[in-house]
Amino acid sequence: MSDWLKICPLEDIPRLGAKVVKGAGKADIAVFRNAEDEVFAVDDRCPHKGGQLSQGIVFDRRVACPLHGMTIHLDSGKAQAPDEGCTHKYRVRVDKGVVFLNLG
Amino acid sequence: MKKARLILVGNGMAGVRTLEELLKLAPDLYDITVYGAEPHGNYNRILLSPVLAGEMKLPEIMLNDLDWYRQHGITLHSGRKIVRIDRVRRKVVADDGSEEAYDRLLLATGSTPVMLPIPGHDLPGVLAYRDIADTEAMIAASARGGRAVVIGAGLLGLEAANGLKARGMEVTVVHLAPWIMERQLDRTAADMLQASLEARGLGFLLEKQTVELVKGTKKSGGRVAAVRFADGSEIPAELVVMAIGIRPDTKLAEAAGLHCNRGIVVNDTMQTYDPRIYAVGECVAHRGVAYGLVAPLFEQGKVAANHLAEFGIARYAGSAVSTKLKVTGIDVFSAGDFTGGADDDEIVLADRRGGVYKKLVLRDNKIVGAVLYGDTADSGWYFQLMKEKKCVGPIRDRLMLGQSHSGGAGHEGKNRAAELADDFEVCGCNGIRKIAIVKAIKEKGLFTLEEVRKHTKASSSCGSCTGLVEQILASVVGGAYQPVVAEKKPMCGCTEYTHEEVRKAILDNRLLSIPEAMRFLEWRTPTGCPSCRQALNYYLLCAWPKEYKDDAQSRFINERAHANIQKDGSFSVVPRIYGGVTSPAELRRIAEVAEKYAVPTVKFTGGQRIDLLGVKKEDLPAIWADLGMPSGYAYSKGLRTVKTCVGSEWCRFGVQDSTGMGIDLERDLERLWTPHKTKLGVSGCPRNCAEATIKDVGVIGVESGWEIYVGGNGGIKTEVAQFLCKVKTREEVLEVTGAFIQLYREEARYLDRTVHWLGRVGLDSVKRRVVDDAEGRRALYARMKEALSVEKDPWAERAAGHDAAEFRPVKFYTKGSVSGGSSDERLAENLSA
Repeated sequence: MSDWLKICPLEDIPRLGAKVVKGAGKADIAVFRNAEDEVFAVDDRCPHKGGQLSQGIVFDRRVACPLHGMTIHLDSGKAQAPDEGCTHKYRVRVDKGVVFLNLG
Repeated sequence: MKKARLILVGNGMAGVRTLEELLKLAPDLYDITVYGAEPHGNYNRILLSPVLAGEMKLPEIMLNDLDWYRQHGITLHSGRKIVRIDRVRRKVVADDGSEEAYDRLLLATGSTPVMLPIPGHDLPGVLAYRDIADTEAMIAASARGGRAVVIGAGLLGLEAANGLKARGMEVTVVHLAPWIMERQLDRTAADMLQASLEARGLGFLLEKQTVELVKGTKKSGGRVAAVRFADGSEIPAELVVMAIGIRPDTKLAEAAGLHCNRGIVVNDTMQTYDPRIYAVGECVAHRGVAYGLVAPLFEQGKVAANHLAEFGIARYAGSAVSTKLKVTGIDVFSAGDFTGGADDDEIVLADRRGGVYKKLVLRDNKIVGAVLYGDTADSGWYFQLMKEKKCVGPIRDRLMLGQSHSGGAGHEGKNRAAELADDFEVCGCNGIRKIAIVKAIKEKGLFTLEEVRKHTKASSSCGSCTGLVEQILASVVGGAYQPVVAEKKPMCGCTEYTHEEVRKAILDNRLLSIPEAMRFLEWRTPTGCPSCRQALNYYLLCAWPKEYKDDAQSRFINERAHANIQKDGSFSVVPRIYGGVTSPAELRRIAEVAEKYAVPTVKFTGGQRIDLLGVKKEDLPAIWADLGMPSGYAYSKGLRTVKTCVGSEWCRFGVQDSTGMGIDLERDLERLWTPHKTKLGVSGCPRNCAEATIKDVGVIGVESGWEIYVGGNGGIKTEVAQFLCKVKTREEVLEVTGAFIQLYREEARYLDRTVHWLGRVGLDSVKRRVVDDAEGRRALYARMKEALSVEKDPWAERAAGHDAAEFRPVKFYTKGSVSGGSSDERLAENLSA
């Protein structure tokens, strides 16, 4: 239970947007919110050339990297076929309107 | 809930393509079962000829291996033939007696080769040329060597003959008509083709009617031994291949009582007379036409899939077809009505010795048919012009010289794809070599430009190699390649509608938000994709500048953060410096900001502005506050900079005040969003030091006033701007420029530069509305001003705290303690409590 970090109120992340979390893990973590208010968290690093996924356009359960447009599935951290690659995925949940992140 | 059952009869290219399209649209709608008479997965039938000729091997032409069926949960019964359809009980019966029930049935039974009903047609050694079994039989027969006779000098017959020759047989082609491929070629092209095939060692007997295939002696095992003709003559043959044509295979459908007339009759939705049964492919007769080439079959598959997926919007309206012969080293292309009528014009280029012949048939200045021999590099272009029914009047005199001489603007590759070396870098953006593209096309079974883009990334970035990639595709898959007709292309995979249709719907139905537009236009995806969201956001903004609320999440990061993202995730800051004219005080401020925030690089841009590179996103609002200058919009699909020369104020050659004009233009147009970036230039004399003629709008001062040029581009492909008009006063320059840009805003597709839009609508139509029609021009200018009336400087707004969350990360200084803006502080309190 102590592994869950409070991040921010859900409304601080825009729908179809993201928030960067700095200093929680080794690297920056991107926390996403989609149109259905589902939240996802992955390393803020595209497996292609390291682009900041948090800055990309979010659609469905995916994000398009702002650098070269590689699409990452937020629920798995995997690149959309036929591209290959994977970014680390974290557990994340919303409790009473607050986003929690688990680094475990 | 139980899924509906879909059965496909016929495991060939058309049927399986339909399934692929269906799975894209509705992956979970059906339990799918496939019956195929052949004992293989789906393969590329078109490539049987290279297999026969020994240029490819069977595994290379497989399109869907067994894994594919497994992955998609499809039950495949290969080697099992359906012999009966019970339409009342809605089930099919296979040749082994097994039965399977369906809710929807898709027939793709293909065609059967026509065999001449002459004595001896069933002798051993007499083959058709249709499937893998025939091909293997021919390869086996050719191993014994000897003489082969191919009856029929059509596409298939010639490819078979060429293959058998390559395998060492002595081959004679027999044909009833006076020249070969008479349905695709005129006599001249046919003669040239025949001569070059003869040079390879093929023999030809024309105007010969075969009446009997003669059986050999017992010693030869009762195999075929000779071919006898109506004139009594005979030639020896150990192998006879009949390639006189194909016939839609409608046996199964007819027996089930489905209406057939030289094919299973379908309507424009590919539905047969039984509403539960669809049909696609060579077995089908659509509006009285049965197609035997693959491109139309794929179009049919797409339509059938759309209806099977219960979308119910696609229609098949028939196809224009073209033919290419797949004989290595010989290029032949034919399309449309290549004979022409009395009122048609023919443009012909004939160089017999050089081995090149081209004929175009024109009706009312539109291409209606083409035959190309020897040089088919421009076949795709001619075919496209033909399909789009484009008026070729203005380029008639250069038409024959090909696309590279057409003067057409744009992105088309002009090299001959087939001649390129394997390691030639086709796509400079992604570093993709030709061999990688060819390999992907063959191994993954790709047929469209989109597929090649997805799998290889070639042509997916700047697009300048698109033409070349299309040519490579055409050279590898032959007739199966289907160029996308740009005019009908949907905006993206999320919709059926074109850019123009979407824009019209937004205006006609007063759609005021992205979700509203998506609902109204029945978007296939819940939240679109990056491509359509950005386009929709622009279209809505352009249509309803006052009513529409800009959607930041549908903007690319640069436009959302009002700075340019760099490869390391930092941003660059380019303040507005009107006309490139600055002052010591302004420069001092920029210098101080650069030092205060330790900006690593300070550089001049190509557009005469100053760029601060390597700024942290969090620092942006503070930097903007310190600068106190408006945004230069260097990140935008919008008005960028107006580049100027010194002009008459200082320059000894200058005849007009270009800097003053540049500043006025930039002030008049700043903050304007456009379909793509828009760059201007103003020069004070015709020496044109501001390089105004490679700008979207270029203004050049002359003694008596200003010349205005439009549609220039200094990017991927340099385009020289075209002369729009000449005006006298500053006010006229502002009005014409503003009206032109507003027309571009209202008409161009998102991501069109002015040159691409002009290429489509033509300079004349723009001149009429911007130059000739004074009232229309004033209205355009007024709409441009209205759009600007609601735009505020984004940097000033953000320096004052607007949209702060965008720039503020969540920061953990030590594990568990959160700091940041207001809401984060609330959380920090929660944590300590």
